[in-house]
Amino acid sequence: MQPGSVDPLIFGITVLVLACFVGYYVVWRVTPALHSPLMSVTNGISSVIIVGALIAAGPSEANFAQIMGFFAVVLASINIFGGFIVTQRMLSMFKKKR
Amino acid sequence: MTDNISAILYLISSVFFILALRGLSSPGTARQGNVFGILGMIIAVGTTFTLPTVLSYEVILAGIIIGGGIGTFIARKIKMTALPQLVAGFHSLVGLAACFVAAAAFFRPEAYGIGTFLDISTGSLIGISIGLAIGAITFTGSIIAFGKLQGLITGAPLTFPGQHLVNAILGITLVALVAWMTIEQIESTFWGIFLLSLIIGILIIVPIGGADMPVVVSMLNSYSGWAACGIGFTLGNSLLIVTGALVGSSGAILSYIMCKGMNRSFLSVILGGFDDGSEIFGTTTSREKAIKSGSAEDAAFIMKNASSVIIVPGYGMAVAQAQHALREMGELLQADGVDVRYAIHPVAGRMPGHMNVLLAEANVPYEQVLELDEINKDFTRADVAFVIGANDVTNPAAKTDPSSPIYGMPVLDIENAKTVLFVKRSMASGYAGVENELFFRDNTMMLFSDAKSMCDEIVQALN
Repeated sequence: MQPGSVDPLIFGITVLVLACFVGYYVVWRVTPALHSPLMSVTNGISSVIIVGALIAAGPSEANFAQIMGFFAVVLASINIFGGFIVTQRMLSMFKKKR
Repeated sequence: MTDNISAILYLISSVFFILALRGLSSPGTARQGNVFGILGMIIAVGTTFTLPTVLSYEVILAGIIIGGGIGTFIARKIKMTALPQLVAGFHSLVGLAACFVAAAAFFRPEAYGIGTFLDISTGSLIGISIGLAIGAITFTGSIIAFGKLQGLITGAPLTFPGQHLVNAILGITLVALVAWMTIEQIESTFWGIFLLSLIIGILIIVPIGGADMPVVVSMLNSYSGWAACGIGFTLGNSLLIVTGALVGSSGAILSYIMCKGMNRSFLSVILGGFDDGSEIFGTTTSREKAIKSGSAEDAAFIMKNASSVIIVPGYGMAVAQAQHALREMGELLQADGVDVRYAIHPVAGRMPGHMNVLLAEANVPYEQVLELDEINKDFTRADVAFVIGANDVTNPAAKTDPSSPIYGMPVLDIENAKTVLFVKRSMASGYAGVENELFFRDNTMMLFSDAKSMCDEIVQALN
């Protein structure tokens, strides 16, 4: 195997499989009391697809891709702000005994 | 900025996302975890801004301001009881955004440096088709779930003859189209995948009943992650692949936990049914058995003289908005030296962990709120089990009656407490349509009332 000869697809699959293992072990450690904040925070971070939206909306000339990108930026932003803020709201409610 | 520096910044962002989930292992570190998540997102967006092809800052900022404003408004206004709808609604947006990005990548691949129109590299094309398919399924599926949770669509399962066959044919067609698109790049297959996936998204959620919504919401959470993963393959971006995998596995684990909480196989939930109301279990003769009912004063007297009370809240408590009155009742009992704790069944709310949030909102300290596994053995030492708005999750038939539809479901052993108090509107059965024999036991006292007015009356009696 020559250095740099690996198909990007195989590299992606490598990352995917390792990330699934990380996800598996990290998520099982989440306390059941915080499963709702877990869902809303994963909502926020899955909107990292905004990266793809920004690249589509990036070019200065207006075309089909830029319009698609713009709408995707709007939708992902709703999720990012909404997801993190509602998580913050929930977590601020979990208090210790006074 | 060079590609390598961008890649390193994306890596840092991925690590922050992992730390965000890691923080949720305890309520003490959770807020810090959320901050990590926000930082990770800022780094990801900021890095993308510096890419040489990203130039139209005005357009992008306008999009972020519009979306951010809407998201902030919704997140601040939403009631905690409506959380499951909110999460379902957000999932649909991730799904649709994934479709838009897939469309942009397919029709203008130059922007992503993955080839030219109808000549896209195979890896990216696989990513586009999978991201598109899962994104579209997530989009329509989440809209149906939102409608069911919000009460816009009936919560009853909608089934028709040959449903499984239709779904199977559509599913196989979708897989074939995805395979075809990666081999022969034709524009029409893109739209074919999109339309077919939209239809499949509707069809897979429609037959699932209201009681199974915790599984559905978790499952769609997982799908939204896999959609992001598909987009990651499109762009060849490790950050999206890692994040998508984290979210995907998180949703999958939550679905598993919810299924286990109901003793249902994932497959049987997906295929629908269960609470279709067609089967009525328990014989009518048992309704003639004697029950003991009491007043709020009786309940207050019993609990005041107890040394330990375990409260078992269910979704009925939340529907009646009784959580604040319930917390007040608990505090008054504690002031009298009674040990008060809350027992939460995994499927007590409409989404994983929902009941914990509702109690936290009512200012119940989280140390008093325990999970089924942590507290179940303590019922033998408890003087009173106070069940409010829950039914099936306490039914001993799940342990003793193999013919019961809920047989095998983990339940709270409330019958071991010296006295069981049941707050209920009427003698109606729970979701599963099973009669609860505990109502007829000697040590059970029924408190027939709305959950909130009963708590208010008990609080008055305690004062």
